[in-house]
Amino acid sequence: MAEQVENDEIEQAEEKELENLVQFLSFTLGDEEYGVDILRVQEIRSWEPVSRIPNVPSYEKGVVNLRGAIVPIIDLRERFGLGHLEYTPLTVVVVLQMLTDEGQARVMGVVVDSVSDVVDVDKKTIQDPPNFGTKVSTEFINGLASVNERMVMLLDVNKLLKLDALEDEDEN
Amino acid sequence: MSIDMAQFHQVFFEESFEGLDIMETGLLNLDLGDVDDEDINTIFRAAHSIKGGSGTFGFSAVSDFTHVMETLLDEMRDGRRQVTQPAVDVLLASVDCLKEMLTAIQDEQEVDVASVSEYKKALEVELNGASVETPEAVSTEPAETVDESSSTVQSVDEEGETGWRIAFSPHADLLKTGNDPVRMFRELAVLGELTAKVDFQGVPDFYDLDPEECHLSWDLTIFGDIPASEIDDIFDWVEDDCDLAIQSLKEPGDIENQFTSSAPSTPKDAPSEASIENTSEKKVESIAPPAPVKAKPATAKKEAPKAAAKGSSSIRVDTGKIDTLINMVGELVITQSMLSLVGEHFELNKLDQLKNGLSQLERHTRSLQESVMNIRMLPISFVFSRFPRLVHDLSTKLDKKIELVLVGENTEVDKTVVELLSDPLVHLVRNSLDHGIEMPADRVAAGKPETGTITLEAYHRGGNIVIEVKDDGKGLNKDMLRTKAIEKGLIDEDTILSDKQTYELIFMAGFSTAEQLSDISGRGVGMDVVRRNIQSLGGNIEIISELGKGSTIAIHLPLTLAILDGQSIAVGDERFIIPLGAIIESINIDESMINRVAGRGETFRLRDEYLPIVRMHEIFDVKTAQAKKLTEGLIVVVDGQGMRCGLFIDDLLGQQQVVIKSLEANYRKVEGVSGATILGDGSVALILDIPGLVRLSNQ
Repeated sequence: MAEQVENDEIEQAEEKELENLVQFLSFTLGDEEYGVDILRVQEIRSWEPVSRIPNVPSYEKGVVNLRGAIVPIIDLRERFGLGHLEYTPLTVVVVLQMLTDEGQARVMGVVVDSVSDVVDVDKKTIQDPPNFGTKVSTEFINGLASVNERMVMLLDVNKLLKLDALEDEDEN
Repeated sequence: MSIDMAQFHQVFFEESFEGLDIMETGLLNLDLGDVDDEDINTIFRAAHSIKGGSGTFGFSAVSDFTHVMETLLDEMRDGRRQVTQPAVDVLLASVDCLKEMLTAIQDEQEVDVASVSEYKKALEVELNGASVETPEAVSTEPAETVDESSSTVQSVDEEGETGWRIAFSPHADLLKTGNDPVRMFRELAVLGELTAKVDFQGVPDFYDLDPEECHLSWDLTIFGDIPASEIDDIFDWVEDDCDLAIQSLKEPGDIENQFTSSAPSTPKDAPSEASIENTSEKKVESIAPPAPVKAKPATAKKEAPKAAAKGSSSIRVDTGKIDTLINMVGELVITQSMLSLVGEHFELNKLDQLKNGLSQLERHTRSLQESVMNIRMLPISFVFSRFPRLVHDLSTKLDKKIELVLVGENTEVDKTVVELLSDPLVHLVRNSLDHGIEMPADRVAAGKPETGTITLEAYHRGGNIVIEVKDDGKGLNKDMLRTKAIEKGLIDEDTILSDKQTYELIFMAGFSTAEQLSDISGRGVGMDVVRRNIQSLGGNIEIISELGKGSTIAIHLPLTLAILDGQSIAVGDERFIIPLGAIIESINIDESMINRVAGRGETFRLRDEYLPIVRMHEIFDVKTAQAKKLTEGLIVVVDGQGMRCGLFIDDLLGQQQVVIKSLEANYRKVEGVSGATILGDGSVALILDIPGLVRLSNQ
């Protein structure tokens, strides 16, 4: 009986710990490491040629056919101003999804250099993003986490995929 | 076991609206001289189901209102009341009112109580006024209009404590008929202060208990100034499944017989001796738990999810169509398994088998596509059905005699088209009524039959559906159109116009031929809006008219909006689709045809017209374009909502049917592009939006 109680306690403790853990998919852009909530990731694909969309910012690469749906592809390097890297068959596209305010699912692909890992992050250890004033835009960054002594920037998928924001920028 | 009633609301609304349509059609078809009983019955049945449904779902405003209509119809049905034009008009107005109420409830908005009570009053006036005129009708019917009996009861009750005592003992199988006593009590509780006493002596031992049977009986007392009809209403649906005694508190036993004639109370089930001493103050809800499984908390329904009411639009599909679809899928599965068998151990001698299988697959896929598209097809009668009413109302208003002829109501067209078509059509029919058909006297003077005819006709031609609005009225006066257009500065005095061009003047914004605007036509949407709507559906509109004989307005529309005939073009290494309907011709031009306006804007001369040139590679910034000089590529002359221009492209590729996919679903709207499609090789091509392109090139 006593053993049983002990086991239960351990289980409960584990559960508690699990509750605080969030899983992120981490990927790299140049030397920097980013992470997105793994529940937002629909799939990971290799780069394939896109159909260009005219008169849009250069980081909006175009659209592809994803099993019958027309899905836009965004180059995160260019989005964050990290310069362009030639696409190779090894370039990775992470397909993310979000819910719009109207409750509809929206799907979008982001081009990243490489996908590294799935990391568990304790919610409590997530730091707020540092404030650089206007020098560095941190609007897409939800927080910072450290994984194996490396800093991972956690991205806010909703903000990232919100094209209205992009649209506003076009107009400016 | 609580049932979320909200999930049935959508069905209720659909059925009710259908019922209202039936009532409206029935009322319009009534031949006042010789009323067909079956017609009245149909109308009555529709009203009755709406009343029943709304009662069940707790929309008491609707059920109360329908009840008055029903009473009126009931008298007509029994032949106690003449079917008169005023009565029919009041009923038609009530149908409208009901429609508004239901729409308001569906949208979860407040019902406009004032207008509803106005309609209700009109109905009651019709009901009571007429029964006074035919006194013999009243005398032959002991339980005449419920309203009357209730008013007498009320006047008596006013003297002391008013209310009702109801002994209600359902038969064991009440629950199986779908009725729920608790729901009825809840309705009662809305009317006034309700006390209820349950008698569970009839409940058998636990082992003998069938949870689907009702063994309880109730003794209910309700206080308040409540018309008998309302109490009666609540028990209307269970009359045959219970023993029921309703008694006024003031006059015990007096009117009991009137209401219980169909279900006399048995001494065992109506514990009258027990109930008088025992009005233990128990609320209905608190009784609910001992009641059999059907019981459910009274408040649950009111907090039904709000979002459910809106959004999901549904479509009713003929079962035949679904059966075809299922057959098709069955065949597809067979073909698939055949193919996978071939693929498992493939040898070269099986090549024929493989080819066979592939061609079968192709055939099945195509027919599957066709039948799926077919599901979205609705008969055009969905739009046409509203016109008899419209014509009826307007012709009365205008004192014109008009007959409406509907032809080809079963012609099928895509649901989206059906929905978007109705407003333009209403406008065209109104126009014909108001401006087309002359007054009866003028018609006789012109040697035409007194009654004018408006014909609505739909038919298929090629991949299009054609809808014609035809009238035998006075036709369009070309000279008048011309004078008017010059007057309004839309054309110059010396402009030479063909007949067709003259008629098309009426589609120009700011043009109205009516000498004076009436409230029927000439307000809000003009013909220019009609044309724009039709064009946004990918269709066009044309007019044929003969002075003194009448006019025909024909609308040509594509059968579906989901598939488009497209011409694929190449600019550099990019592919685009131009809707085939927008292309007039494609030409090679030489230097002599090109002119420059103010040194910048390029135009070319096509026969008698100078058309602007839109360089695709420039406005879409295609860096790989091969043709830089106008003479090197091709010019596609396109027409986008009246704006013609020449698109300069590298090459024409081929014509194909493309499935339109939305860019906005995952992305956003892009200027100059109306959508996207997936080409045979799996890549995405953008579908060009010609008016958008013209705008873009002007920026």
